[in-house]
Amino acid sequence: MATTTRNSAFRTGFLAGLPFLLIGVPFAVLFGVVATEAGLSVTQTIGFSLLVIAGASQFTAIQLMSENAPVLIVLAAALAVNLRMAMYSASLQPHLGQASFGKRALAAYLNVDASYALGIQEFEKRTTWSVNDKFQYFCGTMVLMFPLWVVGTWVGAVAGDALPANLDLDFAMPIMFLALVAPMVKTMAHLGAAVTSIIGSLALTFLPSGIGLLIAGLCAMAVGAEIERQRG
Amino acid sequence: MNYADTTIWVVILVLGLGTYLIRFSFLGLVGNRKMPDWVLRHLRYTPVAILPGLVAPLVMWPEATGGNPDPIRFAAAAVTVGVAWWFKNMLAGAAAGAVTLSGLLWITSGV
Repeated sequence: MATTTRNSAFRTGFLAGLPFLLIGVPFAVLFGVVATEAGLSVTQTIGFSLLVIAGASQFTAIQLMSENAPVLIVLAAALAVNLRMAMYSASLQPHLGQASFGKRALAAYLNVDASYALGIQEFEKRTTWSVNDKFQYFCGTMVLMFPLWVVGTWVGAVAGDALPANLDLDFAMPIMFLALVAPMVKTMAHLGAAVTSIIGSLALTFLPSGIGLLIAGLCAMAVGAEIERQRG
Repeated sequence: MNYADTTIWVVILVLGLGTYLIRFSFLGLVGNRKMPDWVLRHLRYTPVAILPGLVAPLVMWPEATGGNPDPIRFAAAAVTVGVAWWFKNMLAGAAAGAVTLSGLLWITSGV
């Protein structure tokens, strides 16, 4: 069953990923500009995007490095921003856990906000998909995003000031993720979790970046699970 | 910044490795073992528990307005959620949100 649908799952993922290039590519270019302006070489800047692939934490690291923060602080702050991805990893496990070690290792490398959010909403709908279909879909969402993330960084690093100063896409990211998550709110339990997440993350912004979201997220998951348990 | 080149590379490599291990964690180590029901029940809420909180501060305190709450961006976010939820369609929601944002920005630009 897997082989016949493999290409269509990959293609479905590829198409679903296209709109996210609107956020990813300008974000990558901007990172290239900011990182080289802060003093990183072009190679180092590309190394960042290639190895870390996480915009928010990359910007956090560059921001702190431009203030000459101690290395341990830079690492702790930037890694904290990425802790939510442990939740993504756990949430994907029931869907991709049966894949081979190599495939899981690759999926982990490509596990970012966009691929996770697209993947999980599709996996919840496609109950007949095999683990391989899901893996193909997941890779499909990133097949353009990942290379363009790196190329975009390179363009930003090399072209720098020659680029238009204001790409005016500051609000594209919230819009895309809100549009993606809203249809996933199907029950009172989902709604309870979403509301808890919003209130929690807004209330905890005084904590270091990423920590507040993690705490809010864990509380929200508990709220969702508890509502589900009580309602049977 | 005044770090040695090696220091910068150490930051990049450790950050890359650390981020990878975070992403790999459950996917890699739990593998195909089945997690207990209560864990799975919590995990079902991961997307709705993390993604709204991820963008909430960006909606509340947008960068473009220097972190001041902005009725235009708030309206765009509300329209996005409403349309995406009502039609169960991400692209419709994103398009409606983008049109709302650019429309309101255009209308108010003359004021």
